[in-house]
Amino acid sequence: MADLRITGLHKYYGNVHAVRGVDLEIAAGEFTVLVGPSGCGKSTLLRTIAGLEDADAGTIEIGGEVVNDEPPRRRDIAMVFQNYALYPYMTVFDNIAFGLRARKTPRADIDAKVRQAAQMLAIGPLLDRYPRQLSGGQLQRVAIGRAVVRNARLYLFDEPLSNLDAQLRDEMRGEIKRLHQELGKTMIYVTHDQIEAMTMADRIVLLRDGTIEQQGAPLDLYERPATRYVAGFLGSPPMNFVDADLVGNDGGGGVRLSDGTVLGLPASRAQRLAGKRDRPVVLGVRPEHITRAGAGESRPGLARHLALIDLVLPTGARTYATFRLGGAAVVAELHAHDVSQPGERVELAIDMNRAVLIDPSTGHVIS
Amino acid sequence: MKARRRKRFGVVVRTLAAGALTLFFLFPIYWLFMISFKTPDEIFAYPPRWWPGRIQFDNYAVLFKDGDATTVWNSFVVAGASTLAAMFLGTICAYSLARFRTGGKHLSNWIISQRMVPPIAVVFPIFLLYVTFGWVDTYFGLILLYTTFNLPYVIWMMRGYILDIPISLEEAALVDGCTRWQVLWKVVFPMARAGLFATAIFTFVFAWNEFLFALVLTRTEVTTYTVQVTHYFGGQSNFWAKISAMSVLGTVPIFIVVAFMQRYLVRGISLGAVKG
Repeated sequence: MADLRITGLHKYYGNVHAVRGVDLEIAAGEFTVLVGPSGCGKSTLLRTIAGLEDADAGTIEIGGEVVNDEPPRRRDIAMVFQNYALYPYMTVFDNIAFGLRARKTPRADIDAKVRQAAQMLAIGPLLDRYPRQLSGGQLQRVAIGRAVVRNARLYLFDEPLSNLDAQLRDEMRGEIKRLHQELGKTMIYVTHDQIEAMTMADRIVLLRDGTIEQQGAPLDLYERPATRYVAGFLGSPPMNFVDADLVGNDGGGGVRLSDGTVLGLPASRAQRLAGKRDRPVVLGVRPEHITRAGAGESRPGLARHLALIDLVLPTGARTYATFRLGGAAVVAELHAHDVSQPGERVELAIDMNRAVLIDPSTGHVIS
Repeated sequence: MKARRRKRFGVVVRTLAAGALTLFFLFPIYWLFMISFKTPDEIFAYPPRWWPGRIQFDNYAVLFKDGDATTVWNSFVVAGASTLAAMFLGTICAYSLARFRTGGKHLSNWIISQRMVPPIAVVFPIFLLYVTFGWVDTYFGLILLYTTFNLPYVIWMMRGYILDIPISLEEAALVDGCTRWQVLWKVVFPMARAGLFATAIFTFVFAWNEFLFALVLTRTEVTTYTVQVTHYFGGQSNFWAKISAMSVLGTVPIFIVVAFMQRYLVRGISLGAVKG
């Protein structure tokens, strides 16, 4: 049974149409990440689920019950806010206990539950402190503690890690995921960070301009994006896009770039695209699908290209090398010692099995 | 070495200047207190006596014996009740303006504009109205009027303080199971505590010091101390001893209140300075 079902949801802020007809089902126990750039409506969607914003159209069901007209306190949800939202005049203990007290939990239960939550989040020794005496990471743990201490049906996270520095963010990411595994609760997590989405989600819901662009398991979205937008949003560094034309003959086919280079497609793919010959396409290649070509190596679908390297960015194990392909700047993710300096000429192999072809007029992936 | 000496010189000059200014402003208050302890001879002595020969409370005793001192109690009732009413109503109005955008962008500006009405312009119509309703010379009449006049100030100040509270604190409370009233009680009041105290003190002082309406709208029953003081200015002579003793009685409560609340007062004022 779906724990959360949203049907035809619309939300306006004055003239701004922030959420445009979202349909979404989230199964019990699922960790769903709503991701997208700022202004895509993900936070609005979350706040509407929480009841902090009213839906202008559509229904929200939590546990099979329509909650559109219910105030937040009757929706049985817990929420973690971006800026922690801790009460500065209360101790950590009182902050965590706040929701339990508001719901008239017996005193003895409160004590036990708060201590259990604190232990789970390793903030036991901080219970008597005030928020101003804590570091950013500790504040975030307390904020999470305040949510998990309640036995809510739905847990909402609104960009909870965006105020933390990179190292803490990595740590907390793991922590939240572990918490989800331990508690098995339905969680909805909003972020603009695609790495956060990829690493944490059971399911990613990618939003764009108030609508769902695509949803699915992280690797599904990564490997089989439905649109150029999805392909470009997930992955770091992002997918390379090069304008091209589909060309071919009876024996095979490929894409011709603006500088005349032809990159061959695997036969099966070329066949499927036979009807679309001579049409413009956008070729999308992920940086990790461009490798240094081995001498004499030849596999079907591997297109060789002699590249003049513009820029070399070593990161340790991998090195990002930029070169020009068909008029576009393209990044390849190579092994550390595949390339040493700009100006070098390197024979690269582009894996055309994994490349995507996009219809430039619609932005949809056609192959 | 030279720079250090110059710095110390600056500190000395500034301290002296501050001391002189303080003396200058405190002198009238000192004089007021001294007169209230003096005998009539000392009051009119020339050259003036800086210090009464003997601290005596006869001037105060007279006020209590004649019942004049009850006017301080009247002031306290009227100022206290109207402050409570204005603070309660004003804070919930301010919350509504701040959080629900009640009345759009301009209602709050219109409300503060009410503060600009010169009391003298409306005192006569209000008097006639009060005569009709039979509210002249009643606690209720004065409390209602002071509440009305203080509301714009309270609403304006509290709106600023409430806007300073991060909205996510309230949202977290709503999600955690609070009603709006509980949010107000458990989050907004504690968060705006300094502002609440500062605003309440100012409201109280406004009402405490009010003279014009009290003069026009009271007779004998609820005369406030500000009006009572004027009764001692006579056609033939002024009763300086009573004037000063009455004034001291009217000043001391405010001194005490401000001394206790000073912490909130300073913090509250500077808080409001950031966002209004």
